[in-house]
Amino acid sequence: TIRCASALTPQLKSTLDTVIGSNKVVLFMKGTKDFPQCGFSNTVVQILKSLNVPFETIDVLENEMLRLGLKEYSSWPTFPQLYIEGEFFGGCDITVEAYKNGELQELLEKAMLS
Amino acid sequence: MGVTKENVEATLKAKLNPSHLEVVDTSGGCGASFVVEIVSEQFEGKRLLERHRMVNAALEEELKEIHALSIKKTVTPEQWKQQQEANQSNAAA
Repeated sequence: TIRCASALTPQLKSTLDTVIGSNKVVLFMKGTKDFPQCGFSNTVVQILKSLNVPFETIDVLENEMLRLGLKEYSSWPTFPQLYIEGEFFGGCDITVEAYKNGELQELLEKAMLS
Repeated sequence: MGVTKENVEATLKAKLNPSHLEVVDTSGGCGASFVVEIVSEQFEGKRLLERHRMVNAALEEELKEIHALSIKKTVTPEQWKQQQEANQSNAAA
């Protein structure tokens, strides 16, 4: 079988390690926090805004290599992708679920204090 | 030819052996957007992130063509029973 070359180059991996390691909350999304381009991304932005935490967003629509590479990096096929304290937390459904049961707030409070 | 609801159901049945499965096509028929609710013993002892990863892994091929997949519920048969009973007692109250 023919396999496509990996989009996750060593350079991209090290850039992602740095971005995710140096921000407590990072959201890779379609669009920006002010102009989300997809309902799922918008949902997570609204949740984070309502919890009043600072967060970085990165628009995956701007860069095809980034979009493809991230899917490999996270082993997660869709966007948005939320990272908290250097760890992949989940996509939209998981974030909504954790928001409803209070786990997200707890985790973010802990992250802000650390 | 896109991915159909039947494709998604057949794959999830084969890979996760669910005791209950509901796949809803939310695309208005173009076959590219689904909501999934799945009950499987294979979720036993797994966190929510791992459960979602199992569903994503099962649908690896389909996801190349699916625009949006919303995993609404991934529960064990035991959790499912408890939720059904809670719903019934709420309805009765």
